[in-house]
Amino acid sequence: MRRHLLSAGDLSREDAVLVLDTAEEMRSLADRPIKKLPALRGRTVVNLFFEDSTRTRISFEAAAKRLSADVINFAAKGSSVSKGESLKDTALTLQAMGADAIVVRHHSSGAPHRLASAQWTHGSVINAGDGTHEHPTQALLDAFTMRRHLGDLDGRRVTIVGDVLHSRVARSNALLLSTLGAEVTLVGPPTLLPVGVASWPVHTSYDLDSSIVKSDAVMMLRVQRERMNESFFPSAREYSRRYGLDTRRMALLPDHTLVLHPGPMNRGMEISADVADSTRSVIVEQVSNGVAVRMAVLYLLLSGSNVPIETPVGES
Amino acid sequence: MPAPAARVVLDERDIARALTRISHEILERNRGPADLLVLGIPTRGVPLARRLAARIDEVEGTVVPSGALDVTMYRDDLRLRPARTLEHTDIPHAGVDGKTVILVDDVLFSGRTIRAALDALNNLGRPRAVRLAVLVDRGHRELPIRADFVGKNLPTSLTEEVRVSVAEVDGHDEVLIATGSVAAATGEAR
Repeated sequence: MRRHLLSAGDLSREDAVLVLDTAEEMRSLADRPIKKLPALRGRTVVNLFFEDSTRTRISFEAAAKRLSADVINFAAKGSSVSKGESLKDTALTLQAMGADAIVVRHHSSGAPHRLASAQWTHGSVINAGDGTHEHPTQALLDAFTMRRHLGDLDGRRVTIVGDVLHSRVARSNALLLSTLGAEVTLVGPPTLLPVGVASWPVHTSYDLDSSIVKSDAVMMLRVQRERMNESFFPSAREYSRRYGLDTRRMALLPDHTLVLHPGPMNRGMEISADVADSTRSVIVEQVSNGVAVRMAVLYLLLSGSNVPIETPVGES
Repeated sequence: MPAPAARVVLDERDIARALTRISHEILERNRGPADLLVLGIPTRGVPLARRLAARIDEVEGTVVPSGALDVTMYRDDLRLRPARTLEHTDIPHAGVDGKTVILVDDVLFSGRTIRAALDALNNLGRPRAVRLAVLVDRGHRELPIRADFVGKNLPTSLTEEVRVSVAEVDGHDEVLIATGSVAAATGEAR
């Protein structure tokens, strides 16, 4: 494994499978009486969140605590960031406090990359979502959830639907799933597919009905109103009719097809309430798998020595 | 790895006899198969545990549960080398509470793996007793730990290397001792 996790595209197939296999072992911890492992004892993990988050922050916090790391939560609101402190000065402060890993969510794309490459910190940097760029641990937990239900993802068809333009989840998933051998189709209105999508390892389509009938998994994306300062589609009702997953469309899906959503959901917009609560929906399971996947990432990045040393002869 | 003069110390028949003897000793010590749980330490402890459980079953006609206990995250040398891959932990549904747990490993060396296993077990519940069975005890303990059941005591020097092969993992049963190679003086080199 590398030292940082900045992009799902950085992971080779072996790395990705190692994370997923490790997460499988971490998941069994949830069934034990003592849900704690000593692997990261004495290490400090900082959750550096410049943007709101429920699932990701709590999930990283739970993951770090289950591995016995010390966790410092930092939210931009109520900190010196609101007095104008820069990312650099914040990072230097955390370095001075001895952070071994910084889990960073930032509204600007590329902030984690800057943090990792600028040498402001000696710790590992984990991207927990940067602007409209990437969210690699979300992609890993989605892949993990799909793998648990579908087996090996090689050759599986995954359809990602909706606001791809603003979605870091879609980008990370497209990269990771294609690394794992799945066939990814992005579906959305032309205004919400990014420029340059032709260079991604995916197919694109504007028609949901024809794409979902041959999918093994359908991932609905949240319509990100907070990032929309111009009109990308005429009305919410029209969007919902053309790109929302409702009961009628769910009936078109093959029997084994899963429905995923990274959350938070706009019920009635991109996904109807009865679909979200149906038996095909693995949305709640995605959240609990998130803890296992983040434990795996933290374990693989932090548990070993920072300097790779030669394996002694005879080590089995 | 160069493999200078390697000598077979236990062949397939020897290993079979040792396991049969150990299974009888376990039964004798436990006064029967009641509440036994045989847990192997990955990789090679797991098939050995399964074989011991099967032999106990043959002798007593009672099914004795067996499983696997990964100790990776409890090791004291985690930070000395790159992150290790986890192995599978498989504890039978009834858990470890109140059981007499027989830990099984292929080679007992520094004792650090067993120390880690005791910690791991502690997090799973409270066994009534924990005993240790190993195929080979090669000495050089670094902790106050000893085995209750030993297949073969094998006095070795630190420059020697003990290599255990089991059919389920390596395709054949054998214990080799290799001399001359620079077996690590610390850690869990085998």
